[in-house]
Amino acid sequence: MKKLDEYRPIVGRNIIRELRFLGERLQGKSVLNINSTRIGGGVAEILINLVPLLNQVGVEARWDVISGDPAFFDVTKKIHNALHGRPETITEDDYQLFIEVNLRNMERMDLGGDIVFIHDPQPIMLINRKTRRQKWIWRCHIDISRADKVLFQFLREYIIKYDSLVFSSPLFSRRFPRRQFLISPSIDPLSDKNRELPEETIANVLNKYRIDPGRPILTQISRFDYLKDPVGVIETFKLVKKYNDCQLILAGNKAADDPETDKILAEVREAAGDDPDIHILLISPENNDIEINALQRASTVIIQKSIREGFGLVVSEALWKARPVVASAVGGIPLQVEHERTGILCRTIVGAAWGVKKLLNNPEYAAWLGKNGKEHVRQHFLLTRHLRDYLLLFLALYRDEDIIML
Amino acid sequence: MTKINKNIAPFTFYTRFNLPELTGLTASNLVQLLRLIREVPGSSIYHHTHRFVEKHQYLSLESPNDFSGWVSNVLGEKTLGEKLNGIDTFGFSTIHDLRRALVETIEAYLKEHPEAKKRFADRDSLFHFIKSVSFILPMPYRVDSLESFERVLKRVSISSIFFHMYEARLRLERGTNDFSYWLETALLKKELGDRIAALDPYAFTLEGLRKKIINILENNKK
Repeated sequence: MKKLDEYRPIVGRNIIRELRFLGERLQGKSVLNINSTRIGGGVAEILINLVPLLNQVGVEARWDVISGDPAFFDVTKKIHNALHGRPETITEDDYQLFIEVNLRNMERMDLGGDIVFIHDPQPIMLINRKTRRQKWIWRCHIDISRADKVLFQFLREYIIKYDSLVFSSPLFSRRFPRRQFLISPSIDPLSDKNRELPEETIANVLNKYRIDPGRPILTQISRFDYLKDPVGVIETFKLVKKYNDCQLILAGNKAADDPETDKILAEVREAAGDDPDIHILLISPENNDIEINALQRASTVIIQKSIREGFGLVVSEALWKARPVVASAVGGIPLQVEHERTGILCRTIVGAAWGVKKLLNNPEYAAWLGKNGKEHVRQHFLLTRHLRDYLLLFLALYRDEDIIML
Repeated sequence: MTKINKNIAPFTFYTRFNLPELTGLTASNLVQLLRLIREVPGSSIYHHTHRFVEKHQYLSLESPNDFSGWVSNVLGEKTLGEKLNGIDTFGFSTIHDLRRALVETIEAYLKEHPEAKKRFADRDSLFHFIKSVSFILPMPYRVDSLESFERVLKRVSISSIFFHMYEARLRLERGTNDFSYWLETALLKKELGDRIAALDPYAFTLEGLRKKIINILENNKK
């Protein structure tokens, strides 16, 4: 388990000291976090690191997950897609299964604590067990600005029972009769996925996957998911490769709650055809973090051509490694990539290809963007900032003023 | 030796944290923007005129308020954007007056250019009104001399400098920044306080402002 003081060399001693002062104001408060999976996906990655740090500053933090069978996670995947605005058919039976699994979890789980912090829609109905003395928060990591109307009405009934709501981008907020806070997610600079790596480790990973370290490497790291547009990345690569010698890596792993991966992987392999410069890597979970880290550090340009995003933390991971990034202007990505200041934003395949070529052909400019991007992440998207915002959020649950003297 | 005014407490450094709260209010054109600038809480006006100070600590400053950036880049009203850019935030001692300046600038522009009412942002580029919830807490740094003041100033967080130089003056309506007030009333160093009070903090990055204040204190020793 990492100690808070280990972050001091990265963020400075003042930040660590201030976190401890804030934690003192919450001594004795207990917080229960609940989401749908312990492995895979951004939410689980954050909770793994954040829960121990909350405890180190004096908050009694716990983390639990709801249980459900594959059929439930098929439904929650549909819900996830429909909230992002993708057409999905959610049947009466689907709704019924969603309700039943939530009811079972409601009966099974220990939902004690001063503050209960629910992450994403899967466990949203647990709010029905809120007691009068508790404060409940719903954190939505998804872009719901184009959500399916029927589904949104169904969820809204539960959303408005929470004391406060948290969104990752202003674009995701709507008018609710509840306080809504803006808190970006974060990356852990000390995790295997983000820490500095020896050159030898990077070389070994490239060698393992038969990637040529002597030629430019374009990389997209993401789950194999329609919303990440892996086929669009291959088309981008083909446009770039007309004029620039390069290789493409599409690498990701499987999340426990994502049943669609195999289908999309097949489509990606078909789009790649027999091009030996396209490397489609399904990284096994036990090697995932170090290998992803190495692939990002070895990349000349990192692409994130998502169609929809909640936040797209993988962009911050790339920026933290001072890599130049070309990413879609969707969801929380424009908060991380400020166009031509910390990276390049795109909206189309040709736009992405133009951005990649600009970076390949102007390495000094690419390095300048990468350096800016790293500082931007240091200030706004590291775990310590996230910890601070959660402490402030917990304090705000008990105070209504805009200026709070502690 | 520094002369101490025994009636005034030593200077306590505070720090301040900001938690942005989403209002759910959005504008898609200038008419809506104007209406909401009139109606939103002062903490929202404060957020959109101060966010840039905290946001950019490593690059040169961008638009000094969110309104000018949106008007220029999204609605394409470059002239109005420049006028909003030119509003001298440091020249106001209350949010109320700053809000009035924003309103009057947009009103005057719309009167002169009524066609500007017809320009709309697309749904991905709406102006989202956010407000700042500030948490202010004392730090364990109390000083009672110029030397100890300078020593602590060199190592406090930039959030502390932000609080004493920006938030205390405008949002808490103390009229001047906390450093100048204390230098003048506790240490009886009016001239030194005036020199710091004359700095336009909106023209600096936070680290740049720290350096400038320390520079003023060091020059004072000569």
